[in-house]
Order: sequence, then structure tokens, then C-alpha cells
Amino acid sequence: MLLGRFPALAGATLLVHAGESVLLEGANGAGKSTLLRLCAGLLRPESGTAVVLGTDLFKNRRTVRPRVGYVGHASMLYDDLTVAENLRFWARAAGVSESQEHAAGERMEIDRRLYDVPVKSLSAGQRRRTALAVAAARRPELWLLDEPHAGLDQGGRDIVDSLISDAAAAGGAVLVASHELDRVEPVVDRFVTVTGGLTVERPRPTERAARSATSEHGHAR
Amino acid sequence: MLAEVLLIAGKDLRIEKRSKIALNQVAPFAILIVILFGFALNADRPALTTFTPGLYWVTILLASVLAVHRSVAVEAGEGAREGLLLTGIRPSSIFLGKAAALIAQILLVAVVLLGAVIIFYDARIDNGVLLVTSLIAAVLGVGAAGTLYGALLGAQRARETVLPILLLPVLAPVLIAATRAFGDAMGTVATDGWAWTSLLFSFAALYIALGIASHGVLMEEN
Repeated sequence: MLLGRFPALAGATLLVHAGESVLLEGANGAGKSTLLRLCAGLLRPESGTAVVLGTDLFKNRRTVRPRVGYVGHASMLYDDLTVAENLRFWARAAGVSESQEHAAGERMEIDRRLYDVPVKSLSAGQRRRTALAVAAARRPELWLLDEPHAGLDQGGRDIVDSLISDAAAAGGAVLVASHELDRVEPVVDRFVTVTGGLTVERPRPTERAARSATSEHGHAR
Repeated sequence: MLAEVLLIAGKDLRIEKRSKIALNQVAPFAILIVILFGFALNADRPALTTFTPGLYWVTILLASVLAVHRSVAVEAGEGAREGLLLTGIRPSSIFLGKAAALIAQILLVAVVLLGAVIIFYDARIDNGVLLVTSLIAAVLGVGAAGTLYGALLGAQRARETVLPILLLPVLAPVLIAATRAFGDAMGTVATDGWAWTSLLFSFAALYIALGIASHGVLMEEN
């Protein structure tokens, strides 16, 4: 795909199965966020093959969008509306029931006292929780999380970890872009490095350490 | 579809109710222009009475640019525009909902401003039905065209400066027709105000149809 006149993700290959969670790592500007936005159907691919949830993104991006839970850098919330009004609006817009909306708010442990507070008065972490609750209410088949731990306190970070684990356990697929490798590595199944428009699969750190030990042992002999 | 339109319009009106931008900023701006026109014309009553329809509609168009900008900014700020794309709501519903909310806000400003010109310019109304009908027709057109051009500029950073350059020429037919219709309704021009009002309705219908047809493409591309 193109970012301006420049190709991005020119050699990216990524296959994610249902029930899998994948960490996308890489330097700033490597293309992690672009890959997530592409999977959400927000960007148009230029060439190659792009199938998300069984839908060809070249043919129809619109049908994919309501089935993904994308949480990016921007909160996608309305500053002048309260937390409750934002949750209600986005739930109705996505055709989500009131009970799902409430459950999502409780899942993210949003303080009940904050429900009547305009989003513009919230801290970054509280905004993040609300944005995650909006996505969680939709019970997406594919989670696309861009730095989901950013701005969250310890409690919020733990909730995000359990959200990732539970989504994968429930048969959903999860793609997490993060620089907080120590935080995310324990809760995901696979690790993919995005670099120079390419995606490179790498083994779990424990496997890597084991291989390294085996190799060293071999050399010693 | 109606539920989607009402959801979007309700959301925009709720945001306006909270922020009171139309009432506390756009309406005072419009009243200020009317007062400044009065100073510029040296409070010449006959001249003010003659030019009231034109001054009124120039002011409404300038105030509308602010309202359109606000309507776009609401979606652009925290990426809510992309959030709307992800919900699966039909783009035509988004257009109609946002246009309905914008029209309601411009109507509010128009009514406040009408009171201002009656007070400051000593304007009289000969044909109230024609005045109200042409006002509604003109505001429908301004709201529809404003929403369409707002979507065209989308999240572009230069939209604040580009929007008036794009929108005001497009709204020139509304200015001409609404001024003539108001002139007839206020007894300052001998013309067929209802014919001009028909033109205003045609303009509104054209831009509503264009908006419904093109809003999806505009949201995708901007």
C-alpha cells in the first residue's frame, strides 16, 4: 500500500488464525499502525492479497469494519459527550444491546462516578479505558490494538492483558502493536517484527533462549 | 435508516447543547456583523431597510461557515470519523444526520438574527408565510451544501481556510434567491418571491441528493 507516494508494507506477509494472538513489534515508523489500519479496512491496499475475516479487502472493506475492534492512537470519542453518552452512542451505532454496553463498561472497570463526566475532562488513561470499552461492547471477531497499554495504570494494564487472553480463548484473533514487549509477550501466542515493510516471525523468548543454549552446548562439544 | 439519521443528528445536537457553540459564539458573531453593517451605513434607516435582505443573508452565510466548520471539527478531533466508518452506519445516513443537525443550528442562528434586524434595522415583514418558507428553503440548501463540502475537506488541516473559499461561491445562488425572496416578503423589492423560493428548494434538493450519493466516497477518501 502507499503512504503518500511511498510504498508501505511492500513485503509484508501475515497469516493469523482464529484463536491466535500476535504481537507486532518494530521501530517507530516501521508500519505496525499502518498494518492494523489496513486490517481494519481503514486503508486501501494497493497490491498483493489482503483477506480479513474471509473478506477480500480489495473488493469490500465496508463489511469487515463492523466486525473488528480497532483501538488506535486517537480515542475516537466525542470530547463534549460524557462517558455514558459516548458508550451509548457507539453501542447504538454498532447495533449493540444495552446489556453488552454495560458489560463492556464494567469489564474495563470504568469508575461509575465517571459516567456523567465529559470525555474532555478525563485523564489519558480514563479515555483509554473508555475507548477500549467501546470496542469491547462490539464483541469483535478481530481485535486490532495499537499500544493498548499506553497511559493506563497498573489495573488498566492488567485488564488489557486479560482482554487479549480472553478474546483469543473465545476464538477471536488479536493483533497487538506494542513497544512494551515485556508486558505483552506473556499474553500473546506469536511474535512478528515489522521492519522495512517486511514482517519477520520470531520465536518466543524462552524458545529463543533454549535454542541459544542448545547451540552453545553444541559448540562447546 | 431513519434510526441511523436520528442517532447521528441527536449526537450532533447533544454536542451543541453541551458546547453551545451556535448559541454563544456563532449567533453573537452574526449579530455583531449586523451591528457593524449598521455603523458602516451610518445608521441610514432608508438604506438599511432597502439592504436588509442582502445584509441578512450575507451574515447568515458567513455564520454558516463557522457552523459547518464546527460540524466537521466534531468528527475530525479524536478520529471519530474513522469510528463512524467502523460502525457500518450507511454514509448516506451520516450525511443526512449531520445535515439535519447543521440545519437546526443554522435555523436557530437565523431566527435570532431575524430578531436582530427587526430591532436594529427597523425591518418590517409584509408576507410572513413567504419569509418563513424561503428562510427554511434557504437554510436547507446551506445545510446540505455545507455538510457536503465539509465532508469533502474532511480531516484536512487547511480546511479552516479552504472551506469558505470553496463553500461561499457555491452558496451564491442561495444568497441571490434568498435575498430576492426576503425582499418580496419585506416589501423592499417588487419580485415574485415564491419563484425564488422554488429555486431555493431546488438547490436544497440538488445538494441533498448529491450528498446522499457522494458522502460514502468523500468519507473514504478524506
